[in-house]
Amino acid sequence: MSERILMCGNEALAEAAIIAGCDAYFGYPITPQNEITAYMSKRMPEEGRVFVQSESELAAINMVFGASATGKRTMTSSSSPGISLMQEGISYLAGAELPSVIVNVMRGGPGLGNIAPSQGDYFQATRGGGHGDYRTIALGPSTVQELVDCMPLAFDLADQYRIPVVVLADGILGQMMEPIVFNKKPRRSLPPKDWALTGAKGREQNIVRSLWLPEGSLEKHNYKLQAKYQQVQKNEVLCEQYEVDDAEIIVIAYGVAARIVRSAVKKARQEGIKAGWIRPITLWPFPTMQIAKAADELSIFLVVEMSMGQMVEDVKLAVAGKVPVVFYGRAGGGVPSVDQVLEKIKQLTIPVKKQ
Amino acid sequence: MKTVFTRTPTLKDCLTHYCPGCGHSIAHRLIAETIDELDIRGRTIGIAPVGCAVLAYNYLDVDMIEVAHGRAPAVATGMKRTNPDKIIFSYQGDGDLAAIGTGEIIHAAHRGEQITVIFINNAVFGMTGGQMAPTTVLGQTTATTQQGRDAANEGYPLQVSELLALLPGAIYVERCALSGPAQIQKAKKAIKHAFELQISGAQGLSLVELLSTCPTYWRLSPVKAMEWIENEMTKVFPLGKLKDESQRPRISV
Amino acid sequence: MQNTKQNSYEEIIVAGFGGQGIMLAGRLLAQTAMKAGKEVTYMPSYGAEVRGGTANCMVIIADEPIASPLVDKPDSLIVMNKASLNKFASRLKAGGLLVMNSSLIDTKPQLDDSIEIIAIPADEIAVELGNKKIANMVALGAYFQKRGILSPDTAAACLPDTIAKRYHKTLPVNTEAIHRGAEFTKDNE
Ligand SMILES: Cc1ncc(C[n+]2csc(CCOP(=O)(O)OP(=O)(O)O)c2C)c(N)n1
Ligand code: SF4
Ligand SMILES: [Mg+2]
Repeated sequence: MSERILMCGNEALAEAAIIAGCDAYFGYPITPQNEITAYMSKRMPEEGRVFVQSESELAAINMVFGASATGKRTMTSSSSPGISLMQEGISYLAGAELPSVIVNVMRGGPGLGNIAPSQGDYFQATRGGGHGDYRTIALGPSTVQELVDCMPLAFDLADQYRIPVVVLADGILGQMMEPIVFNKKPRRSLPPKDWALTGAKGREQNIVRSLWLPEGSLEKHNYKLQAKYQQVQKNEVLCEQYEVDDAEIIVIAYGVAARIVRSAVKKARQEGIKAGWIRPITLWPFPTMQIAKAADELSIFLVVEMSMGQMVEDVKLAVAGKVPVVFYGRAGGGVPSVDQVLEKIKQLTIPVKKQ
Repeated sequence: MKTVFTRTPTLKDCLTHYCPGCGHSIAHRLIAETIDELDIRGRTIGIAPVGCAVLAYNYLDVDMIEVAHGRAPAVATGMKRTNPDKIIFSYQGDGDLAAIGTGEIIHAAHRGEQITVIFINNAVFGMTGGQMAPTTVLGQTTATTQQGRDAANEGYPLQVSELLALLPGAIYVERCALSGPAQIQKAKKAIKHAFELQISGAQGLSLVELLSTCPTYWRLSPVKAMEWIENEMTKVFPLGKLKDESQRPRISV
Repeated sequence: MQNTKQNSYEEIIVAGFGGQGIMLAGRLLAQTAMKAGKEVTYMPSYGAEVRGGTANCMVIIADEPIASPLVDKPDSLIVMNKASLNKFASRLKAGGLLVMNSSLIDTKPQLDDSIEIIAIPADEIAVELGNKKIANMVALGAYFQKRGILSPDTAAACLPDTIAKRYHKTLPVNTEAIHRGAEFTKDNE
């Protein structure tokens, strides 16, 4: 199992989901994630599991809703426009507390946009996306290997917290091939799904719902959800950092943008600039504490995204005005180059040195 | 004293929120009776719609889920595909099934999902205050067709069951009326047949449309409402079996 | 750091028109690099563009984890038709390597003197071998031999993992094509 194999992100994440015990996949084709749907159509039946090509993303997310309610591990995948169509269902999943995994291989938007890579759906993924007071866990892997590793994590988190988990990839990560290893890790110890709809044989009926009509009952439910979200925030933050201790500037990026930042920071160090980086892996819960702590020590943050500036808002919230937060981004399929980021780092640090 | 009529166990012993004379109550009872007679409570999962029947799980004592408006057939697909041994039924109004959820029901039938759909056609959106439904008949006044439904502006009543019966994936489609004892008995038979088909593993979707009263938004007494079904609704929505291919052999490949 | 076996960072663009096996060539490059224990990324052009005529893919081979898989200025460019040459030649790094399919490119491109050019009649060699579709492998063979980062033998060993099972009867001729390409480079050095 520990042999390196070359796979594109879309197929690799699909196989990782199968290894993680995904019982059912439902999806509707959209570029740049079609390889997931095609791969699942072949592999799920081979494993005796369920694959359905739905008539729309609206149907797909509701098929997930149904399968999840019966206690199965289930997922769907799509790209930006399709994820928008799923927002209704995601809100219902959150309200009914149904575990589920939703992969978004982001493309350029708004509207039909284009099929090029993008990170334009950060707000949608981390703010809930649909209506109502809720959160979804959002994971932002930056390599195909990490995409593979985050699938079992996504299913475990979903089951542990009874929450929808969004995996935010993008066109590059979905399409590119990299050598990967499928590490089979044991599942977390998870609570039993005694709430699942399995037929009320010899027990009282189970009800899965998101409607709370009696006065005060929804508010109570909202408090319950919030308490759960706080647990997630307390226990599940993942982020990676590099050379932040002596840094004058820290560059923050996630996903594919973080790969570019990594190289730019390395070059900056070679040129004698004290640069470091922080890479959020969980986008929600966001590594607020880690960034806040770094903000006590240094003079400036640079946030790099393949969007017009979305995660930068979370960074600003974390930094709370202590030091400047500068943004650099490209959108609509534009991808920042290492040199562009390096240039930005230089612009921001040279004046600091002169002081 | 001899007991001639009792509440069937799967129908909970409680007051419903339905208006007096509302067809939903009758439909619930028929479903509960069917579940008990077929002894499938322990393996049945019901899907409540968004509509007046959104709280159906408060009345039907089976495992139930409440889902987004119109999406019940997709939810049912997810359930049945992952649990082929369970009996899955959705309960949907005409707004739910024939307006916002047209895509889901057509495609569930088109794929031949082995589920049972109970379709309550009361020719209005009850829950939101009696607006026009796709099934509202011509001339019928509703909150959004105050001069009566006009084909020139609102189109003709949508005969979804006829449409669905065209699809090979639908094996059984029947329209009944909750308009009096005889018709209700027929409806019960149809519902039972639909469930039996699913239990037998028949290869497709079974659907029973029930013409059902909404005295409140028809602005009729319960008795007049039942008469209106017989006199007006059945003209546009004729009763009877639209399709029954319960003997259809299993198809593979 | 050019053209030596120690070259630890190599960015390559392979380009041509749809049907020339461009993506397959890129995937073989990547598979070979992986087999050789390298870090590697392979990024295809995807979607509508693939059918529009030109197809291209980007491969990066390195000893350390790779940042962006997108290649702006390649160290090496393998082009199988004239449109691709016109599109990408100007992006080649100084001191870079151009492998071009001279069967379909009649003119010599005006490039920086530091760029080395291998003009290989890949289509003709492929036809000689009895399968026009393997011109991609001929060009790759020439590249492997010139660059020396990856060996033609390792590449040949990776063919079964790269070519779909239903085409495995073409493995021998593909192997031969890689070697013929490599020999062409040797003969012209
Ligand atoms: C997405 C969405 N749009 C609109 C509504 C509001 N809504 C609730 S029930 C309903 C119509 C219900 O009519 P029908 O399905 O015929 O059920 P009935 O109440 O007549 O039994 C509407 C429009 C909603 N809940 N969700
Ligand atoms: S509004 Fe109509 S459908 Fe709804 S409960 Fe009242 S009578 Fe029944
Ligand atoms: Mg209605």
